[in-house]
Amino acid sequence: MPERRHLLDLDDFSRADLETYLTTADAMQEILSRPIKRVPALRGMSVVNLFYEASTRTRVSFEIAAKNLSADVVNITASGSSVEKGESLLDTVATLEALGADIIVMRHSQSGAPYFVAERVRGHVVNAGDGWHAHPTQALLDLYTLRNRLGDLAGRKVVIVGDILHSRVARSNLWSLLLAGASVVLCGPPTLLPPALPEGWGRRVQVEYHLDRAIADADVVMALRLQKERQQGGLLPSVREYVRLYQVSAERLKRARPWVVVMHPGPMNEGVEIAPDVAHGPHAVIEEQVANGVAIRMATLFLLAGGEL
Amino acid sequence: MVEKVIMTEADVRRALTRIAHEILERNRGTADLILVGLPTRGVTLAQRLADKLAELEHVRLPVGKLDVTLYRDDLFPRKRRLQLRRTDLPVDVTGKRVILVDDVLFTGRTVRAAMDALIDHGRPHSIQLAVLIDRGHRELPIRADYVGKNVPTSRAEDVRVRLLEVDAVEEVAIARDDGADGKEEA
Repeated sequence: MPERRHLLDLDDFSRADLETYLTTADAMQEILSRPIKRVPALRGMSVVNLFYEASTRTRVSFEIAAKNLSADVVNITASGSSVEKGESLLDTVATLEALGADIIVMRHSQSGAPYFVAERVRGHVVNAGDGWHAHPTQALLDLYTLRNRLGDLAGRKVVIVGDILHSRVARSNLWSLLLAGASVVLCGPPTLLPPALPEGWGRRVQVEYHLDRAIADADVVMALRLQKERQQGGLLPSVREYVRLYQVSAERLKRARPWVVVMHPGPMNEGVEIAPDVAHGPHAVIEEQVANGVAIRMATLFLLAGGEL
Repeated sequence: MVEKVIMTEADVRRALTRIAHEILERNRGTADLILVGLPTRGVTLAQRLADKLAELEHVRLPVGKLDVTLYRDDLFPRKRRLQLRRTDLPVDVTGKRVILVDDVLFTGRTVRAAMDALIDHGRPHSIQLAVLIDRGHRELPIRADYVGKNVPTSRAEDVRVRLLEVDAVEEVAIARDDGADGKEEA
């Protein structure tokens, strides 16, 4: 049986690993449809949410997932903790170790932080987002959502539009989508695209600066949140120009496939990267993504704790 | 591996017929009964019992399936991948006489997990247990209400239930290693 003690990134996943995940998530989804959404599987285990970056959605999702599996949950956010007093990551983690945390779910603004922690703890580490690097559970729930909506993803065209350069969501999704057989087009202003693409995938991963071209015949459009600070950094002339060139609008969506699925990791800037009528329209699966997040995170905790990943 | 067949297809059929009659006798009919099978072969057996009961009483009882994997007491650490299966209970179990159905009763831990799983879905009027084989070696105070055949075994032996719908053959066999000296496993 594979012995991956941590879930840090999807770059070393196999097709079989993805399948295990999705099947387990199905079982967890069934639990979520019951009147009592709880099973005793992780009873006695402690899950610590260590979030150095603000996040309500992801943190609450992990918390609900852990509680549904009967684990004990502790939430540590940077503000209001010793971190404000200058306690280092190393010391915080050592404290958690001493207190017997079985699983540490962490989000940090520094890429690689979870790897640092993983080397120093006996328990399991789940990366809930590190810098620009990775957000594996987001990509898994996105994949799960697409599977449910479109079935087999082999040959499908997925467009990810926005600030790809600074997006851990885009990076993790790239791995999972390519592994699942899809082709990915990364679309955005040249200043917000990565300088290099992963090798070995040929034409299955491409870059395109014009959304109108990228979105032609797309099966999936994934809009990323535009952080307004990018404009301050000189990477964008103005938000208005961004909206004109890169907003996922109803008009642009007409160029995609009639069944096109519109996704967004949240939280949305409605009217910026995504038009409000699209965000609440029939193609959008944003609420489904959130709901699926709990099932995927339950699957993560269950598989990791049992050494099945 | 040496195998000895202890029940043939006909033996299995007769045992299930008898169990169906016993269920009707003990419950004085079919009112509020529901059969819940434990995957995989428990579900097959539950369906067979439902068919037999329909033949006898012309009533089609609901048949559910209950996956107990997440209620097991041996999840961590585990030595092998677990197969999570879907639970599907077609009716609310509250107030019902639930008959759990499984192929082999051994330590009783699976049935304990099944009862916990079932009770998370509602409050049954009562829970009864029907098994094709009772092989002894209980580790918990659990007993079956309906038993196809009592088969004393040693811990070194393995009971193999094969059903047509699942295994393409129908029989029950006891398997043990050649040259086993009969000592019980630790």
